[in-house]
Amino acid sequence: MALLETKSLTKSFGALTAVDGVSLAVEAGALHSIIGPNGAGKTTLFNLLTGTFAPSSGDILLDGRRITGTPAHRVAHLGIARSFQRTNVFPALSLLDNVWIAAFARSPSWSGLLWRHTERDPELVSTARRALADVGLAGKADQPARTISHGEQRQLELAIALAAAPRVLLLDEPAAGLSPEETRRMVALVRSLKGRYTIVLIEHKMDIIMSVSDRISVMHFGRLIAEGTPAEIQRDPEVRRAYLGGVAA
Amino acid sequence: MGHILHGLSLRVAEGEVVAMLGRNGAGKTTTLRCITGLNPPRRGEIRYQGRSIAGAPPHRIARMGIALVPETRDIFSYLTVKENLVIAQRARSRWRMETVLGRFPKLAERLANKGRELSGGEQQMLAIARALLTGPELLLLDEPSQGLAPLVVNAVMDTIRGLKAERVSMLLVEQNAEMALQLADRVYVIDHGTVVFEGTPAALRAERQVTATYLGVGG
Repeated sequence: MALLETKSLTKSFGALTAVDGVSLAVEAGALHSIIGPNGAGKTTLFNLLTGTFAPSSGDILLDGRRITGTPAHRVAHLGIARSFQRTNVFPALSLLDNVWIAAFARSPSWSGLLWRHTERDPELVSTARRALADVGLAGKADQPARTISHGEQRQLELAIALAAAPRVLLLDEPAAGLSPEETRRMVALVRSLKGRYTIVLIEHKMDIIMSVSDRISVMHFGRLIAEGTPAEIQRDPEVRRAYLGGVAA
Repeated sequence: MGHILHGLSLRVAEGEVVAMLGRNGAGKTTTLRCITGLNPPRRGEIRYQGRSIAGAPPHRIARMGIALVPETRDIFSYLTVKENLVIAQRARSRWRMETVLGRFPKLAERLANKGRELSGGEQQMLAIARALLTGPELLLLDEPSQGLAPLVVNAVMDTIRGLKAERVSMLLVEQNAEMALQLADRVYVIDHGTVVFEGTPAALRAERQVTATYLGVGG
């Protein structure tokens, strides 16, 4: 059963149609990757799914229910979390605070916000610590985010998304800027999340895509040009012409 | 904050492509920023064509013929692609608008778009194109392939090979170790702010322990 679905989803910015009639079905518990040339509309698709942009036309369904037009802050409460292509953490806050904010924002009750300023719900703190541990940053929990390296900030990005306890994880190039060793760690982490979460992944590193994906959709000029298993996509001549054929990163 | 670099010594000969590999946080970007004058070094020397440049202001270093493609891209978000390129053009540069647009056709499609309207990968291409238009003699590239589709990575590699044929010297930081090893004449591996390996790509491939970490082989 498709947990997340789009029906002819379209987004135009003036004369530019960034996402053009995209119909996608992501099965619950699956890892579905979106690949395609730069400027193909992948991140814009994510922005539509998270409610950051309203679509020009088409629909988004979560669990069979229409969520099209739901604003971003409500989409987060529906259980869709994302990480960003450009690292989007709070540089002056500690890693723990960065992650705790996400856990707190998703907690059902905001009562006590005023009188609990010096102490915190231990359950939320442990959710935050667990998310940091999941990405291997537990040891740096109290450091300000700006003091950790770029690669570690990418990992923090992912921890923030995890702390929001989503059902659907949209990961936008989580391995960007990571060393081979850190990439291996990130891949292992993403693999460990499979099944527990429904994951939609944008990446350019083909070895990652091919090894973790259940299904791959290929975007080009805003449209879906191919969809299938990793083996099918690798063989597809149009995909090879438009996108592949480089040095595997 | 403590020192990031600890007695790091390296050299780039004229016409050489030198790669710097290493974990994030190892000091690679900091090294490039020291060279370009964005982070003056606390101690030590930086000599370019025999002249000391450590601590010189960045604009003066740029005029000497050193260009940087930063990891953060840093293109002008409110200027169009065309404007970003036009202001970078130097009279002495053999690279002109037509040549860079030929290398990165996607940029030609987006000439009228402002920098902030570009996708991440398009911004990356613009950052590279812009550096080329300054006609550098020493080109510093900080993870130029990051976020680029495989076909575009090819275009970047071709560009680097083309620059090498023109005797442009290059210092390349890359996480795509395979790409770096295919292009480089020599490789440094940096860890905790210092050099832990120096040699040819072939020599690095032969170092099993180092390759396990930096090439993702085994492990």
